[in-house]
Amino acid sequence: MPLPPLKIVSARANDPKNVTLEGYLANGGYQGLKRAVLEMNPEDVRDQVMQASLLGRGGAGFEAGRKWSMLKKSDIRYLVINGDESEPATFKDHMLVESDPHQLVEGALIAGYAIGAARVFIFLRGEFALGFERVQNAINEAYDYGAIGRDIFGSKFSIDLVLHPGAGAYICGEETSLLESLEGKRGFPRIKPPYFPAVIGLYGKPTIVNNVETVANLPWIVKNGASSFTDLGAGRSRGTRMFALSGQVNRPGTYELEMAKNTFRDIIFDPEFGGGLRPGRSLKAIIPGGVSAPWLGPDQLDVVLGQDEVAAVGSMLGSGSIIVMDDSTCMVKAAWRISKFFARESCGQCTPCREGGSWIEKVMNRIESGAGREEDLDLLMDLCDNIVPGVSWPPQQTTICVLGPSIPSSVAVSIKMFRDEYLTHIKEGGCPYD
Amino acid sequence: MSRFTKEMETRAYELLALYPEKRSATIPLCHLAQEQNGYLTEESMVQIADLVGTTPAEVLGAASFYDMLHTEPVGKYVVGVCTNIACLLQGGEELLGHAEEKLGIATGATTDDGMFTLEDMECIAHCDHAPALQVNYRFFGPLTNDGFDTLVDDLSAGKLESEVPPHGTLSRVQRKHPIAVPLEEIVRHRRDSDAKEGERLAAKAAAEAKEGSN
Amino acid sequence: MTDSEKKLKLTVNGKEVESAPGEMLIAAAEKAGVLIPRFCYHPRLEPVGVCRMCLVEVKGPRGFTLQPACYIAVADGMEVVTDSDKAKKAQDGVLEFLLANHPLDCPVCDKGGECPLQDQTLTFGPSESRFVEEKRHFEKPIAISKLVYLDRERCIQCDRCTRFAADIAGEALIDFEGRGGELHIATFPDKPFASYFSGNTAQICPVGALTTTPYRFKARPWDLEQVESTCVSCAVGCQMVVQSSENEIVRYLGIDSEAVNQSWLCDKGRFGFESVSSAERIPSPYFNEASGMVETGWSQALDKIAKALKSAEPESVAVIGGSHMANEDIYTWVKLAKGVIGTDSVDAQLDDGLDPKIVALSDRATIQEATQAKLLILMAGDLREELPILFLRIRSAAKKAGLKILEISLSETSLSEEAEVSLRYFPGHAEELVNGLFGAEIDPQLFAGDLQAARALVSSVDPASVVVVGGRENLADSSLDPERAIAKLLDTLVGSKFLSGLRRGNVNGAIDLGMVPGFVPGRSQLQAGNEALRAKWKTLPRKAGRNSKEILESALKGEIKVLFLLGADLISDFSDSALAEKALSNIPMVVGIDTLTNRTTSHCSVVLPATAFAERHGSTTNIEGRVSTLGKKLVGFSLSRPEWMIAVELAAYMGEDLGFENLHDIWGEIQEVSQLHRGLSIAALGAPGAKEGIVVPLSASKVQISTRRVLDPIATPGITSVGVSGPPSSSAALPGEGDPVLSESTYSPQRSKLLELLAQNDRAKAGPEADNFALVVSKRLYDHGVEVMSAKHLSELVAPSKGRVSPKGWGQIGLNGSGLTRLQGNGASVELELVVDPSLLDGVVKVEFDGALGEVSKLFGVDNSTSRVKMEKV
Ligand SMILES: Cc1cc2nc3c(=O)[nH]c(=O)nc-3n(C[C@H](O)[C@H](O)[C@H](O)COP(=O)(O)O)c2cc1C
Ligand code: SF4
Ligand code: FES
Repeated sequence: MPLPPLKIVSARANDPKNVTLEGYLANGGYQGLKRAVLEMNPEDVRDQVMQASLLGRGGAGFEAGRKWSMLKKSDIRYLVINGDESEPATFKDHMLVESDPHQLVEGALIAGYAIGAARVFIFLRGEFALGFERVQNAINEAYDYGAIGRDIFGSKFSIDLVLHPGAGAYICGEETSLLESLEGKRGFPRIKPPYFPAVIGLYGKPTIVNNVETVANLPWIVKNGASSFTDLGAGRSRGTRMFALSGQVNRPGTYELEMAKNTFRDIIFDPEFGGGLRPGRSLKAIIPGGVSAPWLGPDQLDVVLGQDEVAAVGSMLGSGSIIVMDDSTCMVKAAWRISKFFARESCGQCTPCREGGSWIEKVMNRIESGAGREEDLDLLMDLCDNIVPGVSWPPQQTTICVLGPSIPSSVAVSIKMFRDEYLTHIKEGGCPYD
Repeated sequence: MSRFTKEMETRAYELLALYPEKRSATIPLCHLAQEQNGYLTEESMVQIADLVGTTPAEVLGAASFYDMLHTEPVGKYVVGVCTNIACLLQGGEELLGHAEEKLGIATGATTDDGMFTLEDMECIAHCDHAPALQVNYRFFGPLTNDGFDTLVDDLSAGKLESEVPPHGTLSRVQRKHPIAVPLEEIVRHRRDSDAKEGERLAAKAAAEAKEGSN
Repeated sequence: MTDSEKKLKLTVNGKEVESAPGEMLIAAAEKAGVLIPRFCYHPRLEPVGVCRMCLVEVKGPRGFTLQPACYIAVADGMEVVTDSDKAKKAQDGVLEFLLANHPLDCPVCDKGGECPLQDQTLTFGPSESRFVEEKRHFEKPIAISKLVYLDRERCIQCDRCTRFAADIAGEALIDFEGRGGELHIATFPDKPFASYFSGNTAQICPVGALTTTPYRFKARPWDLEQVESTCVSCAVGCQMVVQSSENEIVRYLGIDSEAVNQSWLCDKGRFGFESVSSAERIPSPYFNEASGMVETGWSQALDKIAKALKSAEPESVAVIGGSHMANEDIYTWVKLAKGVIGTDSVDAQLDDGLDPKIVALSDRATIQEATQAKLLILMAGDLREELPILFLRIRSAAKKAGLKILEISLSETSLSEEAEVSLRYFPGHAEELVNGLFGAEIDPQLFAGDLQAARALVSSVDPASVVVVGGRENLADSSLDPERAIAKLLDTLVGSKFLSGLRRGNVNGAIDLGMVPGFVPGRSQLQAGNEALRAKWKTLPRKAGRNSKEILESALKGEIKVLFLLGADLISDFSDSALAEKALSNIPMVVGIDTLTNRTTSHCSVVLPATAFAERHGSTTNIEGRVSTLGKKLVGFSLSRPEWMIAVELAAYMGEDLGFENLHDIWGEIQEVSQLHRGLSIAALGAPGAKEGIVVPLSASKVQISTRRVLDPIATPGITSVGVSGPPSSSAALPGEGDPVLSESTYSPQRSKLLELLAQNDRAKAGPEADNFALVVSKRLYDHGVEVMSAKHLSELVAPSKGRVSPKGWGQIGLNGSGLTRLQGNGASVELELVVDPSLLDGVVKVEFDGALGEVSKLFGVDNSTSRVKMEKV
């Protein structure tokens, strides 16, 4: 039984007036920020966030409070909001920036206050042109309103916020690559160590990178208190989460659900949410958490939508996207298309990802188009193994960042789950679904 | 004209002033150059290098990394049809095929009249409207073939001008406020408040220790 | 104990290995004899860890994981396995990936046979490719400059060239373009890879993606022979190997010498080898007769010269040049001139250097000391143009180690960006500015820059930790002003050291060995007398001699009867070419000893062919006083002879015996007569560990030969691949092996106050004038000098000389858009392109010296006071 939706970050999403300051204020906007800067010390805000068990919504699911506590001491530290959202089939941040730009600004400012950022940058995916206009407008209004700039709300706390456009490269969602891009360079992920931007980040200064949805939760948490937040959810997964449902369901869209209280079945089949598959169709596979994640089969529909719960079955909640594939879909084609995505989006700096990614894509393409050979399946698995030793999950890696290790996921899992389909392509010299 | 016009140059300097290090303005300036010229001309890259203090090779090196930055001329409308997984499942590939037919060009090409460039896109985060596409980064979908034809016709007829600016205009809303507080001042302020926070935390810890020993 | 002395212990493949904090695992393993395969790692570049070839298993909290050995710093107790199945599989995987798109065109690739990709494939790689797809295609090699070709299909995206260009050379003229599988190296359209250091990228490219034009298709590594040598293209003395094939030099490669060039070479040094086989080489002795140049034999030529010498008064004999020669040549010629003929009019400098007293009598710094100084004061020409690798060293030290620089110059240089403070002065006012630096009032009209900050900077450091790099920035002005300024700096900053900024090949060795007026070998002044010398020399000059300018001026008065030009192309190279030309026609016997015909050889009565670099053994001395060896790889061209031999034979024709039969004899005598060189035995010089040279004088602290850096075969692939096939690299004349014999020298500088040794500067000190611009003439790396023009590919890089003026000057002349300007001065008129340079003071015009074109040098005159020119737009 799905629980009725309780909305935090998308509560105002359907109100078209909400995109303006006036509308946002009417909806109770900026109360969290006011409370933070006027009534709380930065460390109080950090405590609240720590207590809220706010897991990062960008994909890795790292606790925001803990991340903030790792920030290295330094006179200059930066906050960067990751709004690059380019993970295929992930579109929750897109919705949030377009429908509630002030919430993002407010959340970013609260985070900026909590960590004492010298400046806040919102890195927004370049293609979100409408979102960019709305957030820029919100920033302009927020300056006028006194929420950004010198002495905000008369609190003696000053901060500037800059909206920065991306220019079209998936890898720039990876936080170190994002920082490089923000520094005006190619989006090459930085090699580790240092492991975290919290030690060496933007311009070499300690930097916190948080996802749009992560900070969008902050106004609510500050306003309502951490305990109201932890009242929702279960285990480590607290509060709510935005899910982006797409593919072959009747009602694709973004749905905000309480964490760890619903299952894949609920979100796909409940009439309030996905509304089930098209008539006569049956479920073939689900891709949870973005295309980097291993797929799940119909037998895993009852897995609970929580961070640890999905990890327990060998995949991840990731960016909160769920792609539904019914029995009309060619699994080879789906896996090929995903491998093509990675081949196109590899930054190119390290060998296994640059060469391995495009090699795999070429072999997959050959199989899908009917020129495959049986030994290609072993070859594919071995190439996967050269990128992710042991083709394990969570992946070990031979690359600098985790884009590389994402390449094998779909390929290896689809070969495992649907080997027959591959063999049919090879034997019949073409795609049976064409 | 390829270098920034006077007005654009003013905007360029405003952008440069937003960042602690000038080089950060590289991509915003590339967008700005595209807003003016539709694509990145060599001259504008040379000028950007000058403005941000890098070499033209580095500007090209950065720009060529990004899909939205074009170093060759593109059409007034860059139509990007998404064929990534969610759209693929809903007919994105077929839509792209239809687009090629309707526009009479192959993917990657530009129509002779310079109106349209067709691109095969990775996911544009409009998956709940699959199959989806973007025109100059304004999103449309779900689109049928007929829907696509109407869209193209409307664009050709100039009916969507208010919705879809010519290629390169990222945002019609511009930042109104310069940086309000210089970084040096912020740094001084943070130093003070960090010190105060240190005192508070120490006092708190002392109080807790006292409580503990009681 | 400093951090770097602390030792850590780790285990590599079960073996315990010692290392120091901060060292990368790959380097630590290498020292322990475990070679981890690699491509992107280069010991002289910042690690980036992109190729992933060096993946090894490192034990961490989560057990063994694969980590890039080039990017992981060692830690105490670290456990590393480099040869497990898992590590091997990962390495094989990477290699297979790299080969997937690599064209297998090894047979036609210049790198074939010395290619790390090829070598590591043989050692570590898969036997056959499983890649059946279409490979990536790019247009085959494209010329990205006149010197470098780029083949993007061969590139493995290791980032070496781009890191070198951006981080070491500081000119990111090549960069990656594109993304993912399309990632490739590119230059900006119409902006070629025009860097003075471009050849280094080809040297370190681990595949044949970057190759150099002069070496293209010249040879295969297995046919090459090589010898180690020292570059004498400028005075930095970079260590390099000379590689030849069939008695022709085909390339030079930089050796990783920690003290000097750290594996880099500038392009002028690297590609200068083409001049050795230039068509302009002089094949045999010549007489210049009315009918023209007539070939003759050595005996006739020497006989004629000897006769002329015998009938000449000692003071009427003069020697100019020799700064390119080996130390042994220099000593022999000094002995002939000063010790046999008895003239002190011997000058290796062509009025473009400094008073030898400054160089010889100050405490000298090494390059290492300069880069580690608390403050480096630059008072020299633009080092990138004059001593390119010194520029790289200083730039790196400033960028990476925060070396503080105070620059005192006439205009912006390539190190201005790195300088903490830059002070500019109006030509002729350097001394005043330095006085101002130490507190005197100065006329603000004549200076620019933050004097207060400079004063604070200087007083913030211990004077004994300051190094002054002194050179000659302006050829169009008397050297006295900068000399006095440098002397003032050195005198006032007690304990500071001097690093010579003199640029000609072995000019510093020439000064050390007395090839300058007023000096005898061993940085000793003539009047100081020298017992050892008297024992070996027949005579000593009775009178202090003339410098090269004075020699030419005396010639005008008919006072010079015999003039030797040792590799001195006066008409091209002497700053006042008009004076040179007039003087030469007024000397009855001009003997030109040179390798190449040039504009001056036709003015010589006798021309003698000298052997060129790489055709002879010997040693040379760099800006630090570092003596290192020259390697011989070729037999001498035609009838040419080394200069020392010419001197010995000429002496014999005069009935004198210099006492030398070979280089051993000469070096032996140098050690005897020169306290400076005492203790520096031939055996020591030739010792394997001493190949990067030994700094004189030897002092207790310096008497040690560093262990040589191991040559990383993948860092500079072309050297190790040849090393094994060629003949032993130690030279025959300077036998190398054996125990180095080093004893401490007894030399101590005889300096008191330098300034007191220099002439007073009583010239009228003029400032800016309304329509008379003060002329600054500066050197640049590629000019029309013989050295560049005789090397085919370098000659194509020479651009017309340009001039620079301040924005105000630009306006004054009424230039807009085009800068074509006519400059008039010294009775001559020259047209050139002017550009605006905001770093110049008003009233100054700065012009690049043009070498053999000889146009620019017409603009300034004999009297050498601040030269003035009038300018008008054309
Ligand atoms: C290839 C790759 C792409 C990523 N894309 C995004 C993205 O589009 N948006 C995002 O917020 N995080 C993305 N991430 C995760 C970020 O690196 C980072 O963990 C996140 O922004 C941190 O924010 P959070 O802690 O608030 O989740 C990506 C990571 C990888 C490896
Ligand atoms: S050209 Fe050579 S040095 Fe440069 S990235 Fe390619 S392989 Fe490396
Ligand atoms: S990643 Fe270590 S050598 Fe390239």
